[in-house]
Amino acid sequence: MIGDLRLEIEERKNELKTERKILMATQKNTNYKLLFTILLALVLSISMYSFASAQGPAPTDDEVNAIAKKLFCPVCENTPLDVCPTEACRQWREQIRQMLIEGKTEDEIIQYFIDTYGARASGDPPNKIASYLIPVTAIFLGTALLLRALQMWKKPKAAESAIPAGEAKQVHQDEYFNKLEDELKKRK
Amino acid sequence: MTETNPPRRAVPLWIQIVVWVFLAGLLVLVALGLSRRQQGTVQPGEVIDDFALTFYSGYELSGKTEIKFSDLRGKVVVLNFWASWCKPCEQEAADLQQAWTEYAPTGEVVFLGVDYVDTEADARVYLKKFGITYANGADLATKISQYFRIKGVPETYFVDREGVLRYVQIGPFSGVDQIREQIDLLLK
Repeated sequence: MIGDLRLEIEERKNELKTERKILMATQKNTNYKLLFTILLALVLSISMYSFASAQGPAPTDDEVNAIAKKLFCPVCENTPLDVCPTEACRQWREQIRQMLIEGKTEDEIIQYFIDTYGARASGDPPNKIASYLIPVTAIFLGTALLLRALQMWKKPKAAESAIPAGEAKQVHQDEYFNKLEDELKKRK
Repeated sequence: MTETNPPRRAVPLWIQIVVWVFLAGLLVLVALGLSRRQQGTVQPGEVIDDFALTFYSGYELSGKTEIKFSDLRGKVVVLNFWASWCKPCEQEAADLQQAWTEYAPTGEVVFLGVDYVDTEADARVYLKKFGITYANGADLATKISQYFRIKGVPETYFVDREGVLRYVQIGPFSGVDQIREQIDLLLK
């Protein structure tokens, strides 16, 4: 009788041990699940955050146009991109917006347009030396010619004032002739 | 007593020569620039210089992502300049594709689409819209269009097997027959 009771107690103890083990395993499993969920949430939130940072806020029209005005329409000559109404320019402005969203800088965007569409896109002349040399030379020569012309207009007036009014008609343009006249006047 | 002007010293001859030579050089430079502007497109009879064309992914030529024009010697080449923002290009897009499907099996004709100052995203929409399957790529830095001196889009250049330009179509084709006519002439 006592032996049966001991056996029953032992069985009961074993059952309790097994239950405890199961309980602990379940609790451990739940802890892992909870940990996994927390980690997953953490990873997702970090990745979402970095994705949002890479995308950046949507650029405004002003931001797009600030870059667009430094570029020129590929179709109409000398029309800045920010004011050009053509479809090509609309597409280019959209390209700028897209690149700003991707986080590209102004310099990178302008360089991309130069690489893809040529130096003309940035308004830079293809032949810089000739493009700058010709107007500068033209201005320089024009000024020199103007000054020379002014000098020539002043000269006859100065000569006229140095001689009596009655002899004004006889004033000769030749400077050697004028010099001779002056010498003759001195001897008088 | 009147004041006498000191005699003006003449400009040395070598300076005069340098100035005149410089001026003549500038005039030649301006004249060359103007004549180039008024030259128009590359003319039939001219041998087309070599150039490289990089294709859009999915629109390669025989699996090659880039070709040199000289690689196409021995084949008739139909070189079409287009852009997604160009409305007249849409008029001929289907005709070009139809002609391509007719001549592609012969292996004697190559169609090349050169996308002029366009964005790739819009270009792809256009190519898909018109079901274009022949090789297409961007005119990077507008080097190809500058060489051909195109005046706008669409423009199509027919080059014979020896690399000589034979016909230039300015503006859209009137129909697929016009394309066939030019290709057949070059295939004879």
